[in-house]
Amino acid sequence: MNAPTTFDGGMIGRPTPRIDGRLKVTGTACYPSDFPLEDTAYAYLVTSAIARGRIKAIHLEEAQQVEGVLDILTYENTKGKVRKVRAFSGGGYTSTTIMPMDSPKVWHDGQIVAVVVAETYEAAREAAHKVHVEYDERKPKPGFDKRRPQPRQISNPLSSSDPQTGDAETAFQHADVKVEAYYTTPTQHHNPIELFTTTCTWSGDQLTIYEPSQFVHGLKNGVAKQLNMNPEKVRVISPFVGGAFGSKAALTPRTAFVALAAKRLNRPVKLVPTRSQSFDVSTYRAETQHLVKLGADRNGRLTSLHHEGWEVSSRPDNYKVAGTETTSLLYACPNIYTKVHIVHADRNTPGFMRSPAEVPYVYALESAMDELATALGMDPVELRRINDTMVNPIDQKPYSSRALMACYDRAAEAFGWSKRNPEPGSMHDGDWLIGWGCATACYPTNVAPAQARVTLAPNGRARVQTAGHDIGTGAYTAIALTAADRLGVPLENVNVELGDSSLPPAPVAGGSNATASICNAVAMACDEIRERLAQGAVHADGQLAGADPGDLRLSQGKLVAPDGKSEPLKEAIMRLGFGPVEAHAKYTPEIASAPVKLMGHKLIEGGISAMTSGSSVKDHVQYAFGAEFVEVRIHKRTREIRVPRIVGAFAAGRIVSPTTARSQLLGGLIWGVASALHEATEIDERVARYVNDDLAEYLIPVCADIKDVEVIFVPEEDHQVNALGIKGLGELGNVGTNAAVANAVYHATGRRIRDLPIRIEDLL
Amino acid sequence: MRPFSYDRAHDLASAIRAASAQVEVQNRAPIQFLAGGTNLLDLMKIDVMRPERLVDINPLEDSLSEIVADGDGLRLGGLARMSTVAHHPDVEKNYPVLSQSLKLAASAQLRNMASLAGNVLQRTRCSYFRDVSWGACNKREPGSGCAAIGGVNRKHAVLGTSPHCIATYPGDFAQALIALDATVEITGPKGERRIPVHELHRLPGDTPHIENTLAAGEIITAFQIPRKAWAKRSLYLKVRDRESYEFAVASAAVALDLADGVVRDVRIALGGVATIPWRAVAAEEVLKGKPLTEDIARSAAEAAFEPARTHGENDFKPELGRNTLVRALLDAAKLEA
Ligand SMILES: Cc1cc2nc3c(=O)[nH]c(=O)nc-3n(C[C@H](O)[C@H](O)[C@H](O)COP(=O)(O)OP(=O)(O)OC[C@H]3O[C@@H](n4cnc5c(N)ncnc54)[C@H](O)[C@@H]3O)c2cc1C
Ligand code: SF4
Repeated sequence: MNAPTTFDGGMIGRPTPRIDGRLKVTGTACYPSDFPLEDTAYAYLVTSAIARGRIKAIHLEEAQQVEGVLDILTYENTKGKVRKVRAFSGGGYTSTTIMPMDSPKVWHDGQIVAVVVAETYEAAREAAHKVHVEYDERKPKPGFDKRRPQPRQISNPLSSSDPQTGDAETAFQHADVKVEAYYTTPTQHHNPIELFTTTCTWSGDQLTIYEPSQFVHGLKNGVAKQLNMNPEKVRVISPFVGGAFGSKAALTPRTAFVALAAKRLNRPVKLVPTRSQSFDVSTYRAETQHLVKLGADRNGRLTSLHHEGWEVSSRPDNYKVAGTETTSLLYACPNIYTKVHIVHADRNTPGFMRSPAEVPYVYALESAMDELATALGMDPVELRRINDTMVNPIDQKPYSSRALMACYDRAAEAFGWSKRNPEPGSMHDGDWLIGWGCATACYPTNVAPAQARVTLAPNGRARVQTAGHDIGTGAYTAIALTAADRLGVPLENVNVELGDSSLPPAPVAGGSNATASICNAVAMACDEIRERLAQGAVHADGQLAGADPGDLRLSQGKLVAPDGKSEPLKEAIMRLGFGPVEAHAKYTPEIASAPVKLMGHKLIEGGISAMTSGSSVKDHVQYAFGAEFVEVRIHKRTREIRVPRIVGAFAAGRIVSPTTARSQLLGGLIWGVASALHEATEIDERVARYVNDDLAEYLIPVCADIKDVEVIFVPEEDHQVNALGIKGLGELGNVGTNAAVANAVYHATGRRIRDLPIRIEDLL
Repeated sequence: MRPFSYDRAHDLASAIRAASAQVEVQNRAPIQFLAGGTNLLDLMKIDVMRPERLVDINPLEDSLSEIVADGDGLRLGGLARMSTVAHHPDVEKNYPVLSQSLKLAASAQLRNMASLAGNVLQRTRCSYFRDVSWGACNKREPGSGCAAIGGVNRKHAVLGTSPHCIATYPGDFAQALIALDATVEITGPKGERRIPVHELHRLPGDTPHIENTLAAGEIITAFQIPRKAWAKRSLYLKVRDRESYEFAVASAAVALDLADGVVRDVRIALGGVATIPWRAVAAEEVLKGKPLTEDIARSAAEAAFEPARTHGENDFKPELGRNTLVRALLDAAKLEA
């Protein structure tokens, strides 16, 4: 593993085991549903068994007989109690504009139709099973039409941002070499191990919500809007999150009902939905279809790129991920046409899932690139090299940095790519066919306004407070390293507090922006402390009297001048008054647009992320890159597909916390294998209902499926992206893997499988 | 889950007495025996099984979980845990198909809890059966229909199906027992009886809710495996979507008595493709007396899947099943006897 370049103190970039690791493995970490609250009552959801129609009647008599039942919420008693709020994807708060229990209408399978509250979980569950709902059922539309292409929607010029340049169709007609194919990706669910729990408790008019969240300020403000409350009366607590992957970013409908139930009973109410219910009460990655047409000259230079995508959304919401934003700027090409269409169906509204846009769209493009390499008789790595670009081909804006080919070269070498026989089906080991494939990974470097409060005590202990989130990513560690580095104190001296809406606001832990946004805010606060201590020191008559305050650094518990003169921290702090010195920093991204520069902190305080995307910066584009190589083995008779080896090389600017960053990329690569070979939510098309809604049936790899995984960091310095030079990488790892696996399957068998996941039956 | 009462059995007779008062067949009875509980409790939590009373037979562990291996064969107590049997040196050495089928099943934690009898009696993983919000499931609600026909049925059976149910029998161990011609020992209100393992499970026909031939109150006390020439040259091949902790998409238990490359005798049972642990008699007949070549193995596999009926998503299963059997037979032929 490469040690990225480091700052003075050298804590940023130091390999460090996650600082909350011990709490987690000893079970001491308090996840939101772990907080003990006296006199808690338990909620259990009743969810709809149809996807489209109306509730005719709800019979509660049998359920109410169950001993211990306290209350049952249905639309009859909650109607009008929850106000409609704009969806997150439209600049609001909620995952969906569907309002369950506001009317008898059923929009999708698994919609919440009743909430049973009882003295115990068991009683609530038993009673929930005894709630009988009668429906007026109508025939639902489950998703895509059977035909290809899907209907092309009439575009709405206001909402459309389909990047295009030149004349792709004509260039395609005249291209020397062409490929044209449809690709599909399936419905997928995040399935974080920690379920979608919510516990609400009221103290007078003050509501406290314990809920795993990727955005406590969003949750707080969203619930306040829904319940018509002053946001300052709502507090959200979520110090640890047991996996989220996007599913805990937006406010989902369940929360308000738990708050209502707690209010009605005047006692805390806890909800732990089942795994099966989790498929419907939160969001998911909708299935996608793609038409990709590539044209190239005989040397492999792209002359035409056409990428059209279709995505499923719910009836009322226009949710889409529109990854053409990324696939249109990946390679040099003079003629590009892209278009994204939404197909509405009787389904719950989809939402962000780890690399929402890149996973499906880059899969399609990178598969097509491999097909083009085959058509050209060219090595797939060389095809990427020939089409590498330092500018966005749509508008010629330069990349702030782009180390794609360095990643390819490092990964190819580690993988042993030069030993590959390009002939499909040519490599084997006994009865196992071997295939090697590769693909590009990329992810925009997004940054958002963030705030942090840092206090430094005379004894050298630091406290960092920000309403950021550690969703398992290692945020606690990255933030602590940043503070330790900037304050010149040992890591153990830094205490980080996250996941509480009473702390200074931070953006959603999504879009891989958190490390960049929050660490910059933390560094600013630390620098302010340094500045104040330095000003004090140079104007007092100590060791540092008369020094240039700008030259002083905090290091090893001292304030130090370049000539070696220093003053103990204690002295420097005490000089400023009693107790610790405190700074509250408000970081606004350098790349932010003028309105965000003006309003960004108002927005974030109101629970709106105001994130600037790496593809929409004014004068450049900023992305992290990677190259991924996989080996597949496929049994020649029974066609099981296994992945014994994965190598990924990544360039993502300054790596703040290499140990946890490596874990992110490792996990991403493994997830990529899951997504290529295992994960798919099956839908019964007759009724638009999810069928395999538990972890026994929704497959992900187990330990035995994953053998060697190597993560390589390619050093990269980029100070255009933000002051600290950080590019997010939480969602980078799983971007190229789908295509790399599919390309390897082609190499092993000569069979091009374009519909994911790839399973035994595809290769028989 | 619904409230239920719980008793611990003190001896075999009282356990049987406790359970025999009921009218229905054992797998639907209001009184259920509790062994490892890994299937029963699971189904109770999701409201699929709603017994009124559980009779915990774990206190009988001393008498019901012995493993005896001698010159005549092997006797495995019905309450013996999967993991204990899987790693028993005699089983590993002389009855490899048994050991392999157990090691390849479920997960280490489950194998530590689960009993052999419970394993053999485990119920289908059909998603429609396991979720009560689906109205149509003849196995759960007789006469309600079958949602899997015309629905999501990639994992469903192609052999032994009926228009009323196409659910796959999900286990692995029963196939291994059948391949070794094992018998099951049963004690019930009417005394003891023994039947071949391949007579324990019932085809769905028009009563898919009746899964086996156990009468109310009958307990499986042991499995008896004869020491035959084929036992040592036996194996279990399990083909699945991931490397571990997953049910078979197709599997084959094969026991081969081979002399100079010629099949003297053979027993085959298939998993993942049939509604019950499926003995492939037709395939055995093709092989007997023939040299075990790839072509003969293929013909045997063709014969095994000749009666297959597919339902859309599982159209691939006969081909996969054939390939699985061919691979298993050729691999078995390479074993030391
Ligand atoms: C996630 C998961 C994955 C799994 N994967 C596999 C797999 O790959 N392969 C595989 O084969 N299995 C698999 N299993 C199934 C597992 O092996 C069974 O659940 C287990 O073997 C059942 O044994 P038990 O002792 O726990 O049975 P229990 O749950 O206690 O009992 C099951 C049934 O048998 C009855 N019963 C139990 N003992 C007796 C007896 N002695 N006489 C009469 N009736 C009795 C009970 O009344 C009950 O109806 C898996 C299970 C899970 C949960
Ligand atoms: S296959 Fe059998 S178990 Fe599955 S739904 Fe049909 S009847 Fe029920």
